[in-house]
Amino acid sequence: MESFFSRYKNALVLIVVLVAQLLALAVQVKRPAPGSPDQEGVSLVRYVVVSVITPPERWLHNAGLWVRGIWTGYFDLVYVRQEDAKLKAEIERLHLEQASLAEDARQGQRLTELLDFKQHYIYKTLPAQVIGASGTDQSQTVYIDKGLKDGLAPDMPVVTADGIVGRLRDVFDHKSLVLLVSDPTSGVGVVLEATRTRGILKGAPFGQVEVINVSPDDRIKPGQRILTSGGDQIFPRGLPVGTVERVMPDPDRDPLVDLVVEPAANLSRLEEVLVITDVGATPSRQAQKDLAASEAEGVEEQRRASDVLAERLPGRLDPKAPADTNPDPKVGETAGVSTADEVRLMTPPKPQRPDQYSPDAVLHASEMTPGQRRAPVLQGTEDIVPVKRTVSATATAEEERGASGEARKSAAVSGGSSGAAAPTTRTAGSGTVTGTSATGPTATTATRPKPVSAADGSTASGASKLAPSSAAGLGTTQTPHKTTVIVDGPLPAGHSAGASRSVDQSGAAPSAPVKKKSPEIVPDDGSRPPSVEKPAPKPKPAAQPAGDASTPPNGGR
Amino acid sequence: MALMASTRREVDEQSFPLALYLVVPVLVLVIQSLASKHFPLFAMLDLPLIVVIYFAITRRSPAAATIGGALMGIAQDALTGQPLGVFGICKAVIGYVAGSLGVRIDTENHGMRLLLTFLFVMLHNGIDWVLVRHLLAEPMAWSWMREPIRAAVNALVGVVVYALLDLAKSRE
Repeated sequence: MESFFSRYKNALVLIVVLVAQLLALAVQVKRPAPGSPDQEGVSLVRYVVVSVITPPERWLHNAGLWVRGIWTGYFDLVYVRQEDAKLKAEIERLHLEQASLAEDARQGQRLTELLDFKQHYIYKTLPAQVIGASGTDQSQTVYIDKGLKDGLAPDMPVVTADGIVGRLRDVFDHKSLVLLVSDPTSGVGVVLEATRTRGILKGAPFGQVEVINVSPDDRIKPGQRILTSGGDQIFPRGLPVGTVERVMPDPDRDPLVDLVVEPAANLSRLEEVLVITDVGATPSRQAQKDLAASEAEGVEEQRRASDVLAERLPGRLDPKAPADTNPDPKVGETAGVSTADEVRLMTPPKPQRPDQYSPDAVLHASEMTPGQRRAPVLQGTEDIVPVKRTVSATATAEEERGASGEARKSAAVSGGSSGAAAPTTRTAGSGTVTGTSATGPTATTATRPKPVSAADGSTASGASKLAPSSAAGLGTTQTPHKTTVIVDGPLPAGHSAGASRSVDQSGAAPSAPVKKKSPEIVPDDGSRPPSVEKPAPKPKPAAQPAGDASTPPNGGR
Repeated sequence: MALMASTRREVDEQSFPLALYLVVPVLVLVIQSLASKHFPLFAMLDLPLIVVIYFAITRRSPAAATIGGALMGIAQDALTGQPLGVFGICKAVIGYVAGSLGVRIDTENHGMRLLLTFLFVMLHNGIDWVLVRHLLAEPMAWSWMREPIRAAVNALVGVVVYALLDLAKSRE
């Protein structure tokens, strides 16, 4: 027996060693998930090896930094001043850019809040130095000089200013193992910025990075940016990942394609990284402060740019320029300085006849009233007297209907010509329409309430249909009253805009008859009266003043 | 045969200072880790494998080379994210084969060292590929263009490293 062991000692040692390691491999492969932590024994072995290897690494790394610091801090300062100026200009440009993007960011935050999306903002990061790598191209891992004592924990994301790097896999007391995104066992949820196509970023052999199992899409082109989607619950969404380098078919899944990615961060030349130790649902205070500061600086920069632009504009008058036909006296008064050296504003000439297109002729929308008629409507004030009269009992039903119909139609009757017409009065201000059908002494008064829309608040836009006839002769009581007359239609020649017309309702003769077509009175609801009106009954000659003989019954129309 | 270990001097078991068995592997692992961080192409080299081959062919003890190779491989595994034992198995096999061949052939010849290292690196990578691809079922590519180049580079560097380590050798 002894000779057997001594004879096959080497082979037996080999077999024992191989079997032991195979068993260890089998135990390790039984891990529930590829990203789950190692077992205790495995972690202990890793801890021992890392504790032995990393201190010399750290010493050598620090020694290298010291030498590099001496070189860069004392000897290689040739272009520092130019670079400083360039960086300052770059910072100003970035502040402006950030200010312009701030509003978009706020809008995006509002929208995400509306949609109840969970947005994760980076609260706190911890800078760390990369002190070593795995040493093989089969395992894409690096070591950093921060660990549990510095507040790190497994699965914390690691990024640089350029993009994501990886996540913490094993965390020791003063060092941590970072699993890079280029490792075949890593996985990051990503989304293409342009097409919003989602996928999983994994490492491929030879250090490549791929987005696997992507549905074929013609819109996916090389050069498109890839961002984190936040779906892996490790990386906050929106961090840059890289760009699409090329699209290649997936050898295992035929219709699907793989995207070869150029990582945004230089994974092969990592020096300093940031470990994201805390994320939250709202931007951090510092981020909000920075945002406000950059926004204020952007506004100030825009104001300076405006001043510079104003200084570059021509400031002297051209002596050959034509004189202003309507100079504005207010120009230069507010500043209290002479405007001789300033640009003189050209004021447009005043219109000879103002219309709705003239400046300030149209009210602001907030000052208008719905339903109010505008041009070409003239508003005037008219003194009218409500008519109270005794209704004869002999009035026939037909006459009542006719009178009511007349009142509802609101036939246009001018004050001067209404002597022969039926005395129908619509008191707009009170919201009461009083129609009086009068065929001689057997007149009927029809009254119905009606809402009236006010034209300008002071006077109602109702229409008045007056019977200037001799109300006194009929025994009616008259009280001086003011109503608003809105005249619709084209202006008669020689009639000034806005002129008001007063009609004496006390029985005095109206003015001379107007030969031209007189304006019509529109009802308070804004509707236009019918084009063909029923002629008013012919008044009695006795009740008509002499001066109104030639007045047409429809008011001179 | 010139390639066979025929002389008494070649057959002698050569030894090194005890500290060298500890310092050299640690130093190699540190250099491998640091250098591949700054120079990504350096990951193509496998300095621990070169050291395992050297100690195996110079010590001419397959059992010691097997254990030494296994320990070196496990240490290398511990620095990576992969399970412990992948490199351990590979380097244990390489150590055993190199230790066995070291008794029979002349390992002082630089050409022989170059050829042996080339073959051992190819074998190491082949075992590694089989273990990772078929035992662990993890993605790993094999390139017939890349692997010979890698083996050749390792062999060239190995010859230089062997010459350096020969300086520390003490004959009994």
